[in-house]
Amino acid sequence: MILTKNNTNNTNPFYDETLKKRHKKAARFKGFTLTSLVFSVLFLIFFLSDIIGKGIPAFKQAYINIEITYNEKSLKNTRLSVEKKYRKLVSRAWLRNIPRQVKENPSLMNTKTHQWVLADDQVDQYLKGHYYKLKEKDLKTVEELKKYSFLRLSFTTIFFSNGDSKIPEYAGIKSAFIGSILTLLVTMAFAFPIGVMTAIYLEEFAGDNKFTRIIEININNLAAIPSILFGLLGLAIFISLFGMPRSSPLVGGLTLALMTLPIIIVSSRAALRSVPDSIRQAGFALGLTKIQVTKDHVLPLAFPGILTGSIIGLAQAMGETAPLIIIGMIAFIPDSPSSFVEAATVMPAQLFTWAGMPERMYIEKTAAGIMVLLTLLISLNAVAIYLRKKYEVKW
Amino acid sequence: MKHSFTSKNKNTQLKEDAIKTLLIVASTISILTTFGILFSILFEAIEFFKMKSFWYFISGTEWSPGTENSKFGALPIFAGTFMITAIALSVAIPVGLGSAIYMSEYASLQTRDFLKPMLEVLAGIPTVVYGFFAAITVAPLIVKGAAFFGLEATFNSALASGVVMGIMIIPVISSLSDDVIRAVPDSQRKAALGLGLTQAETIRDIVIPSALPGIISASLLGLSKALGETMIVVMAAGLRPNLSWNPLDDMTTVTVRIVDALVGDQAFNSPETLSAFGLGLILFFVTLVLNIISLNLIRKFKEKYKVNTL
Repeated sequence: MILTKNNTNNTNPFYDETLKKRHKKAARFKGFTLTSLVFSVLFLIFFLSDIIGKGIPAFKQAYINIEITYNEKSLKNTRLSVEKKYRKLVSRAWLRNIPRQVKENPSLMNTKTHQWVLADDQVDQYLKGHYYKLKEKDLKTVEELKKYSFLRLSFTTIFFSNGDSKIPEYAGIKSAFIGSILTLLVTMAFAFPIGVMTAIYLEEFAGDNKFTRIIEININNLAAIPSILFGLLGLAIFISLFGMPRSSPLVGGLTLALMTLPIIIVSSRAALRSVPDSIRQAGFALGLTKIQVTKDHVLPLAFPGILTGSIIGLAQAMGETAPLIIIGMIAFIPDSPSSFVEAATVMPAQLFTWAGMPERMYIEKTAAGIMVLLTLLISLNAVAIYLRKKYEVKW
Repeated sequence: MKHSFTSKNKNTQLKEDAIKTLLIVASTISILTTFGILFSILFEAIEFFKMKSFWYFISGTEWSPGTENSKFGALPIFAGTFMITAIALSVAIPVGLGSAIYMSEYASLQTRDFLKPMLEVLAGIPTVVYGFFAAITVAPLIVKGAAFFGLEATFNSALASGVVMGIMIIPVISSLSDDVIRAVPDSQRKAALGLGLTQAETIRDIVIPSALPGIISASLLGLSKALGETMIVVMAAGLRPNLSWNPLDDMTTVTVRIVDALVGDQAFNSPETLSAFGLGLILFFVTLVLNIISLNLIRKFKEKYKVNTL
């Protein structure tokens, strides 16, 4: 390589005419590999900024300051509590709460109050500068209100405190979040013990025989089967054959458990394998049985690794959608589920439903939901990495 | 001595046998899962093929469920799947392999420690999120881009879902290829460099050929993943079976039709619903074959270079 620098004339017998070309080619090759890596990173940045840019506005919603009339008529027909001019601008979902307000605070009856009221999604989209559908006269009213600052965007926790709603300004992630937790509880309750037991059997007890090899090939293959086929299994076996309730966290959790199993088995085996044999031999020398050695010595030492793998499996199950759609977990669920057998939805399935809604406001709600989901996933992975770093033992 | 040791612990012995049995039972669950998937698909698929011809299913070109004389010719669906998969792999293989080569051959340790987690984040993004991104951001960009060149693209173009799917598969290919390339013994590189090859020539002529089984294995795994990917295509690709060579057209895939058949309101034993299992059966066998070839290649590679970290 030194030759290229010093010998531009052909006196050196080792000088190769094509060398310059070859070096150029080498640089081009390196450039190509670097470009492909940069492409991935740039995509990630573009993707994240796109989602955040779309999602942030969802945490602010339009509120409108108008007069609300509480009387017999307006309790019966809540639309009448608002002056006719403003009726199209106020959230229908908010108006539905008027009877409850009066019930909680009877002194409101037969009064008129000015207050900040949640605005309709079209007003919200107008204020945010997105595509909106407002009639000309409504638009005029909105502009007037805006001029006298009776209309504003302010921070709200609606997105976190509400369940799903057909009225976009009132929709939130809460019911799906609870559904996700219930589903993942079922998943871990099944996948964790079965996965760890399988790993212990394969790593500590099984000899190198045909049965073991079949299980091993099978686990590797199971990890690569398309997730949607697990949905078909859930539908045909858990729902049709065992008669478990459709759309329930129980069926969803079991289906996801079967998908998470290979991840837990593979990582638990790696953790068990990393425990040195001297630990086992010391145990045997003291007269312990194989089970005692495994339970009291090998397993505790491998536990941090097992936990890390299980958390990563949990994170993957949390983002899974396709098999859950097949077993019906895309039902409309406005209230949080409270048991494992009632209909529920999960966060990714909720995002899927919202993304298909015609109202423009659901786009920002979806993006906001993605931000929540990604934050949870990244936190889970961070916990896994932290545990691995903290308890990692170098033998 | 030995005698007293075992007899004193007869209860322990019984308990240990029970635990061992329990462990074996747990291990069989993964096998049961595979058979569960196979049989749950197979039985319903047989029901379907009793009603509709299998040969027309794999060779017919008309897919018209829900009509008077419904026809189930899945060829346009297979073609759409093939097209979107081909687009995805033409993004994922060069970019994934390029990234793997840079990380394993050129990058310093610090750069590697910084870049590898980036790709892992890419792998951790749920597919429904990719689907949203494909439908809301990428598809309109493609329509605008096509219009700029005087072409016409639909909002459900195969290109949008294909490209985003390709990005999703990059980490699948890069992470396995990276491991394989790093497993190639250093002596091979040193010998090549010692003979006067440039670094790029060493990689291209020595390292890559040695790592080829692993790279092919990674690509097959990516292919299997692309064929079975559901959310991206459900959200961004079309519903209409369309036999077309134009990537700007809308097309549908096997997974889209499975979802569409099963979320509808038809009776469970109608051919419309059962067609999902016919498609699922094909998907199962194709991905199974790809996975087995891929796993075998990687196993042979491991045996050849005596590595067990893969």
